[in-house]
Amino acid sequence: MRYAAPTSVDEARSLLVDNPGSRVFAGATDLIPQIRAGRPQPSVMVDLKRIERLTSVSHGDGGWTIGAATPTAALTADVDFATMFPGLSEASGLIGSDQIQNRSSWGGNLCNASPAADSVPALVANDARVVIASAGGTRTAPVDEIITGPGQTSLSEGEFIIEFTLADMLAGASDAYLRIIPRTEMDIAVVGAGVRLTMDGDAVAVAKIVLGAVAPTAIRVVEAEAALVGSTLDEATLARVAEAASATCNPINDKRGTIEYRRQVAGVITKRALVIAADRAQNGATS
Amino acid sequence: MNRTHVNCTVNGDDVDFLAADGISLLDALRDELGLTGAKEGCGTGDCGACSVLIDGKLNCSCLVLAPEAEGAEIVTVEGIADGDRLHPLQQTFLEGAALQCGICTPGVLVAAKALLDANPDPTETEIRYALAGNLCRCTGYDKIIRSVQEAAVQLREATR
Repeated sequence: MRYAAPTSVDEARSLLVDNPGSRVFAGATDLIPQIRAGRPQPSVMVDLKRIERLTSVSHGDGGWTIGAATPTAALTADVDFATMFPGLSEASGLIGSDQIQNRSSWGGNLCNASPAADSVPALVANDARVVIASAGGTRTAPVDEIITGPGQTSLSEGEFIIEFTLADMLAGASDAYLRIIPRTEMDIAVVGAGVRLTMDGDAVAVAKIVLGAVAPTAIRVVEAEAALVGSTLDEATLARVAEAASATCNPINDKRGTIEYRRQVAGVITKRALVIAADRAQNGATS
Repeated sequence: MNRTHVNCTVNGDDVDFLAADGISLLDALRDELGLTGAKEGCGTGDCGACSVLIDGKLNCSCLVLAPEAEGAEIVTVEGIADGDRLHPLQQTFLEGAALQCGICTPGVLVAAKALLDANPDPTETEIRYALAGNLCRCTGYDKIIRSVQEAAVQLREATR
C-alpha cells in the first residue's frame, strides 16, 4: 500500500485513474478499521485533506459550500452554520467521540454508506447536493442519490466527492435530528430521524422527513410529509405521522434492536423531532 | 513496501523518520521513535488509549497513517509534563488514584489536557462527554472525573 497526498482535485483524479484499486479517504475512521478487519488493502490510500477545497467552508450567494473532508468538529464549532442548521449540526456532532469528530467528515459518512450514518438523514432532509469529481470533470447530484445500499454507492470507479452544497435555511424553516441508541453516547443509531419544516404561522407549509438505520438506505416518509402539510402538529396528525413512519420502515434485527422495536421508536422519534423543528422554525433556532 | 520520509515535531522536538506507508502514527511513535506512552487498545478508534494531539486536536493515533503527520505538531503523554514537574493532571491522577492497570491513562491524560486547554472550567457533564472516547475498564471513571476537576481548579488558580 502506498500513501499519496495530492494538493489539487486534478492530481487526486489522476492518481485514482492511474492506480486501479486505490481509495480516497478523509478521516479514515471507517476505512482503516475495515482494512484491519480484512477488507482488501487499497493500492494507494489517497489522502484528500491536503486539497484546500476539500476542507473549506464558505457561506455566500444564498448558500453554503462545505468541503467533503471537513472535520465534523469544525462544522459543529461554526456558530453561523450551527445556528442556521441546528439539526444537521447535531447529527454531525453525534458521529463518535471528540477524537473521531476531529477526523470524521460528511464525505466519509456518506460514502461509507452505512444505513445508520447520522449525517445522512439530516443532509437529505435539507436537500443537500454534492459536487463529484469524475473522470471528465465534475458533476452534481442530490445526496439521496449517492447511497444505493449498505456499503454501496452510485459513484463510479475513480469518482469522489469534492464538496456539499446547501441552500440557506429560509425564515420560518428549521430542522432537527434525533436518534435512539441503547447507551447515552458513543453508539450507532437504532433509528435516526432527520426532519425539516417550513411553517406558515402555526401551520406546516412544507415538511421533509428522512429516517436512518431502518432500511438499507436512508428513506423519506412521503406519506407522513403529506399528512403534515396544513396541520398545526396536533395530536391526531402526529399519530398519523408516527404510524406512517413506522409503516415505511424496512428494518433488520440486530443486537441493538429488533424489527418491532425499530418500527415502534421510528414513529416516536419522528414525532419528537418534528416538535423540535417546529419550535425552532417559529421561535428561532436557539434551542 | 513503499516508505515515506516524514518530518514533524513531537513534544516540541523536530523529528524525522521513515514510515512504511501502511503503518499508523501510533506504530511510528512507539516503534520508530520509542514513545510507548500511547497504547494500542482496540486499533479501531473506539477506546482512545492511543490518543495524541495533532496540531492541537485530539486524535486516535491508530486511525492516522504515519505519513499524514508530515509537517504536524504532535503531543503525546510524554510531552505534557514540564521537565521533571508533572502536569497537574498527572499529579492529581496519582493523588486521586485515578488509575489501576494504567493502559488507558496516557490517552485519558491527553484527552483531559485537550479539554482543559479549550475549557478551563468544565462541568462534570462536559468532562464526561469530553472523555467519552476514552474507555477505562478499571476505575468506573469516578476517580478520573474527580481528578480532572481537581486539576482544573489548580490550573485556574495557577493562571490567576
